[in-house]
Amino acid sequence: MINVNIDGKEIQIVEETTIVRAAESAGIWVPTLCYSELFEPYGVCRICSVEVIRGKRSRIVTACNYPLRDNGTKILTNSPRIQTIRKMIMELLLSRWPNVQIIKDIAEAVGVKEPRIKCLERDEDPNACILCGNCVNICKDVVKANVLSFENRGIKREISLPFDEKSDECIVCGACAHVCPTGHIKIKTLGYERGALQDWYLGPKTAINIPTLQAVPRVPIINEEACIKMQTGGCGICSTYCEPEAINYDAKDEEVEIEVGQILLTTGYQTIDLKQMPQYGYGRLDNVYSSLEFEHMLNSTGPTGGTILCKDGSVPRAVGIIHCIGSRDENFHKYCSRVCCMYALKFAHLVKDRTPAEVYQFYIDMRAFGKGYEEFYKRLLDEGVNMIRGKVAEISEGYLTNGEKPFLMVKCEDTLIGKFREIPVDMVILCPAIEPQFDASNIKKIFSISQSPDKFFLERHPKLDPVSTMTDGVFIAGCAQGPKDIPDSVAQASAAAARILSLISLGEVAVDPIKAEVADEYCSGCRICNSLCPYTAISFEEEKKVSFINDMLCKGCGTCVSACPSSAITGKGFTDKQILAELEGILSV
Amino acid sequence: MKPKLALYWASSCGGCEIAVVDIELKILDVAGFFDIVFWPCIMDFKYKDVEAMQDGDITLCLFNGAIRTSENEHLAKLLRAKSKVLVAFGSCAKEGCIPGLANFYDKKTILDYVYNDSPSLEAESKGVYPEMRTNMPEGEIEIPEFWNTVKTLDQVVDVDYYVPGCPPQSFQIINVIEAVIDILKNGKPLPPKGTILGAGDKTCCDECPRERKEKKIKKFYRPQEIIPDPKECLLDQGIMCMGPATRSGCDALCVKANSGCRGCYGPPPNVMDQGTKMVSALSSVIDSTDPNEVKEIIKTIADPLGTFYRFSLASSLMKRVQQKNGEDKNRKF
Amino acid sequence: MEQDKEFNPKIVAFLCNWCTYTGADLAGVSRLKSSPCVRIIRVMCSGRVDPTFIIKAFKQGADGVFIGGCHIGDCHYSEGNYKTLRRVEFMKTFLEEFGINPKRLRLEWISASEGDKYAATTLEFETEIRELGPLHLVEA
Repeated sequence: MINVNIDGKEIQIVEETTIVRAAESAGIWVPTLCYSELFEPYGVCRICSVEVIRGKRSRIVTACNYPLRDNGTKILTNSPRIQTIRKMIMELLLSRWPNVQIIKDIAEAVGVKEPRIKCLERDEDPNACILCGNCVNICKDVVKANVLSFENRGIKREISLPFDEKSDECIVCGACAHVCPTGHIKIKTLGYERGALQDWYLGPKTAINIPTLQAVPRVPIINEEACIKMQTGGCGICSTYCEPEAINYDAKDEEVEIEVGQILLTTGYQTIDLKQMPQYGYGRLDNVYSSLEFEHMLNSTGPTGGTILCKDGSVPRAVGIIHCIGSRDENFHKYCSRVCCMYALKFAHLVKDRTPAEVYQFYIDMRAFGKGYEEFYKRLLDEGVNMIRGKVAEISEGYLTNGEKPFLMVKCEDTLIGKFREIPVDMVILCPAIEPQFDASNIKKIFSISQSPDKFFLERHPKLDPVSTMTDGVFIAGCAQGPKDIPDSVAQASAAAARILSLISLGEVAVDPIKAEVADEYCSGCRICNSLCPYTAISFEEEKKVSFINDMLCKGCGTCVSACPSSAITGKGFTDKQILAELEGILSV
Repeated sequence: MKPKLALYWASSCGGCEIAVVDIELKILDVAGFFDIVFWPCIMDFKYKDVEAMQDGDITLCLFNGAIRTSENEHLAKLLRAKSKVLVAFGSCAKEGCIPGLANFYDKKTILDYVYNDSPSLEAESKGVYPEMRTNMPEGEIEIPEFWNTVKTLDQVVDVDYYVPGCPPQSFQIINVIEAVIDILKNGKPLPPKGTILGAGDKTCCDECPRERKEKKIKKFYRPQEIIPDPKECLLDQGIMCMGPATRSGCDALCVKANSGCRGCYGPPPNVMDQGTKMVSALSSVIDSTDPNEVKEIIKTIADPLGTFYRFSLASSLMKRVQQKNGEDKNRKF
Repeated sequence: MEQDKEFNPKIVAFLCNWCTYTGADLAGVSRLKSSPCVRIIRVMCSGRVDPTFIIKAFKQGADGVFIGGCHIGDCHYSEGNYKTLRRVEFMKTFLEEFGINPKRLRLEWISASEGDKYAATTLEFETEIRELGPLHLVEA
């Protein structure tokens, strides 16, 4: 620590502190223009010039990059000499950029009103580049992308990109715009239009964000792809500002092994890939959305703030909602996805509520099962939703000769009137089938459970045991087991949780007594069985020259029992004797 | 009075008799201790000598050979009646052995081949079949009936004990003889009926000195295709060895000679069928999960039925191959 | 034809506890018609089926033996059914050499959810066995 004197104030500071910081801690204002805490001081604008007195010698230095080293140094920030210098600098700057706000502000602060000089390069632009170099420095020191640089000298000096072309090195971080004191650098948002949901994004893709407003836990995360620190090793600004030091750039996705006694599989579902059905134009035609995308649009925190808009930003005049896309369809899934009818009705209700649009529901059968659902359906009918019973054949683009905006033509058969119909709408919502996760069969193998023919996980018994599986300790709930709505999923998951808890509170599990056992007196250690056990329950005892079965590992399949050429292995519960007696019994009549 | 001993060979090669003589000087103990009343191979005994005896007169009868003909069956029944203890001696009597392999064919096929189709027959003797009855100057003589299926001794008569092996090993015969003398001399109790004497309860692998690893078989080699490593388990090397499904007792004779066990000591104690057990064991360790490759690997086993049932076909669950003309009526394959 | 009418094949089915046995159960629960000639023996895994049982079944009067296991890759015990696959493959060679039509032995992968497959394959197998006729084995 050293003692310095600034404008008569004695302060104690750490060695190597710059004068700007020292003055700041003493509450003394030093004007700065090209200075920022974010990068190395550059010292180009000279506006921060101060007088440093050591002994009898006095020097003019720039406060931003002058480190204090000696005890007793005296600094004058507002001496007449300094005032003259500042005024001169500001007069020069003001003469060139008379309308830039920051220059105007500092000029006023240092007492310059009109420059006495007439500048030939006078620039009236309020957002002109004042060549402070902040953008170059932040790109160099913080982002470490080195995209921006100064070019030429003297009055021709300017900021430029290499070869004046868009650089591949630029990561579009926006840091340069952030530090630009005049607003000369602007970040332009490209490729986003209101109502356009192609990218299916759930929130701003900034480097640090909270994934969704409903995120649990609701904490910000760093988006590795957008984080400068993670991409270039630069920046790290957030960690400087985070007081509790919560930011950890080294945190990585990691595999954690947790030992558990029971597992509840709730791996959920995915919706069918709508691009398999080109006739509906999903991904090809604008304004054809899947139900989840539409749900996102309805969300008040969604991209349109909950307003129902077409891609061009207009409010749709008519909306078609098509049920059973891939469900109840011989070509895809024979089963009914169960939840679509009801959410489609909800959509219709919300469209009616938020827009003046006509709503058409194209359905095969309306399945408003259970509590309150049929009533809701009746209410929708009263709201004037058009119900068309029939499967949609095709959605195509329609044009009007008068040059009005194109619409979507829904072709379908109305089975109630027995007519083929073409209905023009502006927006189509498809209700895709619920299907098992694409990797459900891997999960199935890991837990050695079964899948039904439609590939949902199979319960032990459809009526009597709908939450457990063939593997002890593995339970299933929700759409992983079959399509179901939220109340049903909650009910099933609660049942599964109760089953799990009942086993935990019991504290012990009953193990199947069906195990294989080696009779040492008959085993000769031929080692035929050694490679057979997938649970590695069989080992070879070199000393005794016999094979040994660990009955805690043995699952009792009996494969080794039948393989044992000397019948030294007995399968408890399924011995040769028992099976042969059974055989004799069933064949005796 | 000395205990009476009878030895008889039915359908067999005579190896078992040689094995008995092969016990060297111990044979003198046998001759000294027993009164040999019937041993047609060695001395001139007649059937009528046996017929003349009282039931149960013979203390011990060592019966070797399978039951191939009516004569074999007759003698088996006769000796059973006259003997206190009847021992199925050797693999033929115990489980059919090599004569039992005739169960691959039926009587007609065998006779046709031997008397008509065999390429070694001279032209004039082709088609000359033996006749059951022939008139001779001394009167009508009869030859024994050739059965369709070879049987084991215990399929014809009640058997007290078994001595396996083709032939039983001499040191095992000595053990058995000593035990018998011990029992008779010192009045020790007899072992329970059906006991297998002169053999162990484990398998050939127990006596095999080779080093065994976890098995994974990609191909079965025929003997001419490979030079076996003398230290490593033959099956590990892909050489057919019946050891894992064969009763111990021979002191791993064949494997010590670098050749796979042929299975003459028969199935181990709990095994009902040597062949199917071997199928089960080997197919478990075939190293493939592709059905076609599995078929190819199985094809590399030469004559699986003959190999797996070389000694035990007549006593196996199936006992014989179904006749070629098909008891299974629709045998179209 | 007269005789065929009287012929009621005896089919022994060894079904694995997790897949085919449950599948057979499902066939029943679903009121599907499966073969009435099938006499089921439940085993924990088709890998427990010792080839000895197959021979023993034929020997004791079965006209056909049916083995049902989980689909390949779906075995409750990971890989028991691979062993069954190889054993059955081997046993077919064996049966052929024994003079028994290998068609009398059938291996099927039927999962717990395939009640319809269980019903269909057992009926099909029954028809096949009826066509083959009764199995008369000779011992003598």
